[in-house]
Amino acid sequence: MNGYGGSVLRVNLSTGQIQKQPTPQDVARDFLGGRGFGIYFLTKEVPPKADPFGQENKMIISSGPFSGLMIPGAGKCDWTTKSPLTGGYASASLGGHFTAELKYAGLDSIILEGISPKPVYLFIDDNQVELRDASHLWGKGSITVEKELKEQYGEEYQIATIGPAGENGVLFAHINHDYGRQAGRGGVGAVLGTKKVKAIVLHGTKSIPVADLPAYRQAGINLFKACKDAEILKEWQSYGTTMVVSWCDEVGALPTRNFTAGSFEDGKNLYGPVMRKTIVVSDKGCFACPSPCGKYSHTRRYNTYVEGPEYETIGMLGSDLGLGNIEDVAQANLLCDDLGIDTISTGGVIAWAMECFERGIFTKKDTDGLELKFGNAQAVFALIEKIARKDGFGALLAEGVKRASQKTGQGSEKFAIHVKGMEQSAYATHNATAMLLAYMTCDVGAHHNRAWAITYDIQVGREKVTTEKVARVIWLQNFRPMFDVLGACRLQWVELSIDRDLYLPALQAITGIPRSWKDLETVGERIWNLTRLYWIREIDGFGREWDLPAPRFYEDAPKTGATAGQITRFEDVQKLLDYYYEQRGWSKNGIPTPETIARLNLEQFVY
Amino acid sequence: MRLYVDSTRCSGCKACLVACSLNLFQENNPKKSALVILPHFPAPGNYEVKTCTQCGDCAQVCPMEAIKVNERGAYYVDMDECNLCEACVSECPEGVMFIRSELADTAWKCDLCGDCVTVCGTGALWIAETETAVA
Repeated sequence: MNGYGGSVLRVNLSTGQIQKQPTPQDVARDFLGGRGFGIYFLTKEVPPKADPFGQENKMIISSGPFSGLMIPGAGKCDWTTKSPLTGGYASASLGGHFTAELKYAGLDSIILEGISPKPVYLFIDDNQVELRDASHLWGKGSITVEKELKEQYGEEYQIATIGPAGENGVLFAHINHDYGRQAGRGGVGAVLGTKKVKAIVLHGTKSIPVADLPAYRQAGINLFKACKDAEILKEWQSYGTTMVVSWCDEVGALPTRNFTAGSFEDGKNLYGPVMRKTIVVSDKGCFACPSPCGKYSHTRRYNTYVEGPEYETIGMLGSDLGLGNIEDVAQANLLCDDLGIDTISTGGVIAWAMECFERGIFTKKDTDGLELKFGNAQAVFALIEKIARKDGFGALLAEGVKRASQKTGQGSEKFAIHVKGMEQSAYATHNATAMLLAYMTCDVGAHHNRAWAITYDIQVGREKVTTEKVARVIWLQNFRPMFDVLGACRLQWVELSIDRDLYLPALQAITGIPRSWKDLETVGERIWNLTRLYWIREIDGFGREWDLPAPRFYEDAPKTGATAGQITRFEDVQKLLDYYYEQRGWSKNGIPTPETIARLNLEQFVY
Repeated sequence: MRLYVDSTRCSGCKACLVACSLNLFQENNPKKSALVILPHFPAPGNYEVKTCTQCGDCAQVCPMEAIKVNERGAYYVDMDECNLCEACVSECPEGVMFIRSELADTAWKCDLCGDCVTVCGTGALWIAETETAVA
């Protein structure tokens, strides 16, 4: 099948049975690849109400038709599973070189089923597929494991691994790859850990077939030329996502001290140019990326190496914890990567715990003696270790901010910053209604990447609540995730502003099938609605209440910074949802109507 | 003319490798490319890139005289004439002469097509006149 590896690899960890099946053509037509394949297989194969840590849950790892080809940023790999953090849909996007290697091994998806009786790693070398003993790797950090496996097999082999946190079932454990790229959100690492899969070692030497090679080559070159002509390219290459830090600080979107404000008095110490000058040693790109976000850093203070920190980590482990030194943030980043926890959720739970401490809800008796005040870097480092090991106070935080606050009570639920149980990523949304709606309705919980609408808010009037704004969020949610479906990065379109129509001739030349963006946006809408149906299927009583934001964004106006005194009214939060549901073709409770389900050809998925 | 590289500008993305395999073999397969990117991670955290200098040592030792000069003045492998003897591989001072018999029935090397330069976003690669004098 042109543009595809051609096979789905199924590994039953309980029985050790391994089989390959042809990638189904009708699924490729309707869902294309990546997270489209992920939600298709998840809905079809994982039975309703499955325990995320049980035998029935599966890990579905998918590339897309662009992955591994000469397309800018064609290095995105989707990891879909039932989330142990939220109980709903999890889809984490991994950059680096894993997805390209998957295609070179002739694979479009790997589906991990069951639970292994002992620690293993999955070894794939073209047609050789084996489960190998991982007892010597169990308990080790991600960086060490990757280094050991690369030394054993060679640099051509791509490694994805969990850290101790994944083994321990920390609900926001991640998967690490290429010394610093992650499938970060929703607890995908914990699912791998409970399946006793420490790592995947991947190597492929096959060529990916395409329908029209000269046309594809030309379309690919046109895309790269457009990227190289982009005015902002040089600046983006220097700073990557850290370019956003100063902007967010200035407009009041930089999460500060558990989102009590959107500007940080020490923010300037965390800006991209400061980081570049202070700690960055090289640029580190994902597969075929002309504009590498990855900045590889060395800290003098700790004498450590880490990829990053990138914007989200600077926000969540920096300003949101009151840390104003980039070396401290980089060190916290490294600890999370190596131990195997998502930097965004980790920052979210620690910020919440710090606010609890400063309010007197926790004392040093609760925190194992840690002086958990904002700005205390050493306490942050210690707590990261405790979370990953579920040690003492860390065990509470390892459950995520929703459960931790429910257990703690005393009003702490009000400042647990999450949606659907996923900690909010690094945009303060006190007065940015489109971005707030994007978080409220994001299909994995409070994550930014489906609809990064914060710049649009500033552009059209941040406090406005209009049907046009809601339509923009919906369009972004349908369109942007198509990059995760196609297996390429969206940032060339987002940040370099290249014409999205340049991708269409490439897709046609690769697959042999002409597709328009209108057609692709319909695929995006189908996937969006299917993920919604998944939540409804998994959680009894799921509906409108699950789309509400953290009360902080409609009750606690920041006292300082660019958004001081600004807040979204609760009636406007409700109005946003009213407009959103109506435009989506959903009921007032946020349930897709039968007409919407029929229009998107999703009847077969309704239970 | 030859291909030059500034390894400090390489971000390891491998776009060049795919472009190279497309030119040499009309295939999407970075394992069949004529550049080498050596990652040095987790420390010191950089990439080292090896490119062909067009020194011609490979052509000198080829018993089949299968390594010829093309219209760009670059040495290339006439794939129909290569007998996989590997003499060129051990002779290459840069380690950019390739034989992987499981992947192709021929040796291969950089033929200076320039596609790697076209797709390199960071400006790590360029083609220029070969320096004749060494200071």
